[in-house]
Amino acid sequence: MAEITLEKVVKKYGALGVVHGIDLTIAHQEFVVLVGPSGCGKSTTLRMIAGLEDITGGLVRIGGQVVNDLPPRKRNISMVFQNYALYPHMNVRDNLGFGLKIAGQSPAEITRRVAEAADILGLAPLLDRTPAELSGGQRQRVAMGRAIVRNPDAFLFDEPLSNLDAKLRGQMRAEIKKLHQKVKTTVVYVTHDQVEAMTLADRIVVMRDGQIEQVGTPMEVFNHPVSTFVATFIGSPPMNLLPGTIAGQTVRLADGTEVPVPDRLKDFVHDGMAVQLGIRPDDISPVGHGLSQDGPGAEVALTVDLAEPLGMESLIYTRLAGQEVQAKLYGPRIAAPGEVLTFRLALDRAHLFDAATGKSVRVR
Amino acid sequence: MIRALTTRRTELAPFLLLLPAVATMLFVVALPLIFSLWTSLTPYKLTKPNTLYDFIGLTNYIRIFGDWDFWEAFLRTIAFLTVAINVEFALGLGIALLINKITWGQRGLRTIMMFPMMFSPILVGFQFKFLFNDHIGVVNNALQSLGLTDQAIPWLVDAKLAMFSITLAEVWMSTSVFAILLLAGLFAMPRDPLEAAKVDGCNSWQVFRHITLPFLMPFAYIAMAIRSLDVARAYDLVAVMTDGGPAGRTELLWTLVARVGYDEAKMGQANAMAYVSTILSVLFTWYFYRKLVAARRYMGGAE
Repeated sequence: MAEITLEKVVKKYGALGVVHGIDLTIAHQEFVVLVGPSGCGKSTTLRMIAGLEDITGGLVRIGGQVVNDLPPRKRNISMVFQNYALYPHMNVRDNLGFGLKIAGQSPAEITRRVAEAADILGLAPLLDRTPAELSGGQRQRVAMGRAIVRNPDAFLFDEPLSNLDAKLRGQMRAEIKKLHQKVKTTVVYVTHDQVEAMTLADRIVVMRDGQIEQVGTPMEVFNHPVSTFVATFIGSPPMNLLPGTIAGQTVRLADGTEVPVPDRLKDFVHDGMAVQLGIRPDDISPVGHGLSQDGPGAEVALTVDLAEPLGMESLIYTRLAGQEVQAKLYGPRIAAPGEVLTFRLALDRAHLFDAATGKSVRVR
Repeated sequence: MIRALTTRRTELAPFLLLLPAVATMLFVVALPLIFSLWTSLTPYKLTKPNTLYDFIGLTNYIRIFGDWDFWEAFLRTIAFLTVAINVEFALGLGIALLINKITWGQRGLRTIMMFPMMFSPILVGFQFKFLFNDHIGVVNNALQSLGLTDQAIPWLVDAKLAMFSITLAEVWMSTSVFAILLLAGLFAMPRDPLEAAKVDGCNSWQVFRHITLPFLMPFAYIAMAIRSLDVARAYDLVAVMTDGGPAGRTELLWTLVARVGYDEAKMGQANAMAYVSTILSVLFTWYFYRKLVAARRYMGGAE
């Protein structure tokens, strides 16, 4: 059992606070992704769990044991680094077996476990090569092999895919997911890429400025973002935000356009409240070319400013209530700049955020 | 006809362009080498120029190989080289690791560390000769004032102590070569493998032993290749401090070569010794260079 818990964990470099007291419980065998922009403290948090950074305040527990003052080698964790961090002077076999050798395992046991890990990751033909003779993807696989061979309580991944090209990143992402299905272990995975977070995580932890903004399953975070920050960070292209004011049962946008307040949010708003209406590009589509054609919505004629065809869909830039918004056109249809189309806003899926705090009107 | 001429001219161009360089090389390197090789095959004496044309085959070589003085100097040079380079490596590594830890005043320390390299070896020799002088030297003065000894220790007169003193001077002068190169290595060292090793279960010593040291070895081999050439040709320090004495007990190859060649005017025999010494230097350099190439092969993956 290796549950990881963080209790009011703080990290400061001198007077500069980087992590401001975060609480988080990561369940046994859970895959948790810490995601956020650069400088949000996600890597620092991971390195505190690993023992590579001192913990300024709070407690970190692994498997129930407080590990604040334990060096990394006594925490029984493995880590995969962004730059692979392979030992350049050792071949793949020795890289994989190094941890076991240090732990004093017998040569026979090392050979057996290295072969097992190599088998899982398809590294068997590469065992005699040095890291210099491997491609980026192969190096990343060796780094993962080195992590699993020791059979640790938890895997820590620090932006493992950001050095790979887009195609390889997709492949390796799938491999990491498969790996977790084969080798059931607690995983803490740090990334700035929301696609990795969405695809890999059992639970996503969105971080911002050293604090946790939201914790939830990928679908919770996507469907119910607690703030404009999460709303624009998760999901690509980002959610459109339109400033407006609540007027009775409607939101009055900047240019006077009125759209009805979504039913599920009616209880959370009051008259005269300054809000931001959040609506994802997927929910603004030309009639007949959208995802949801039923449910409450509003139809409005908009001019296409720019269209980016992506094959089965096009990303459309247009103006709604005086503000540039992005919309999606599904189906292999070309939209020309200047063309006026009737767009349907799927308002049942729209969000409302308090304009003053940026928080969703549902949380307060 | 014209075409044939132009073609030939183009063919000649590279050789013409190389000619100045080749001529210089011939004149500056090849000719003296051939000349000294030839003299080593003659009983050439500076005082009797005509002996230069008197070919005697390998007699000089046979003579020096049968000469115990030569072998003593030969082995002493190897011992001197081995001790000096290893001590310099160990000290240089220690200094580099310490300076690497310092955050404040590191630049200043780095500069100060290089001071010994700025002095001429002759001056270093004189300075150490004064330090180790048995009557007026600072070392004996200090030892006596501290009450550690009441005798004048004959640093440069006793055979074993004299070699020790010379080695100390050599180490003082050149440890910074290792320190500066190893420090450069430490600066270039990626942090990730160190952290990976910590997570992999290493304590500080194991991280140093299995990760840091292998990474630094190419840098050490560069220093060793340079230093082995330097130490194998050591002359000035010894000439100034002991002049090979007492009774030839600190004689190294090149002090012996100089003595035979200039003092005894037996240039033929001296050149034979010089050739053997040069081959020794080349062997050492070749050895360290090979280690360097082998160590560098895998460093491509270090990032």
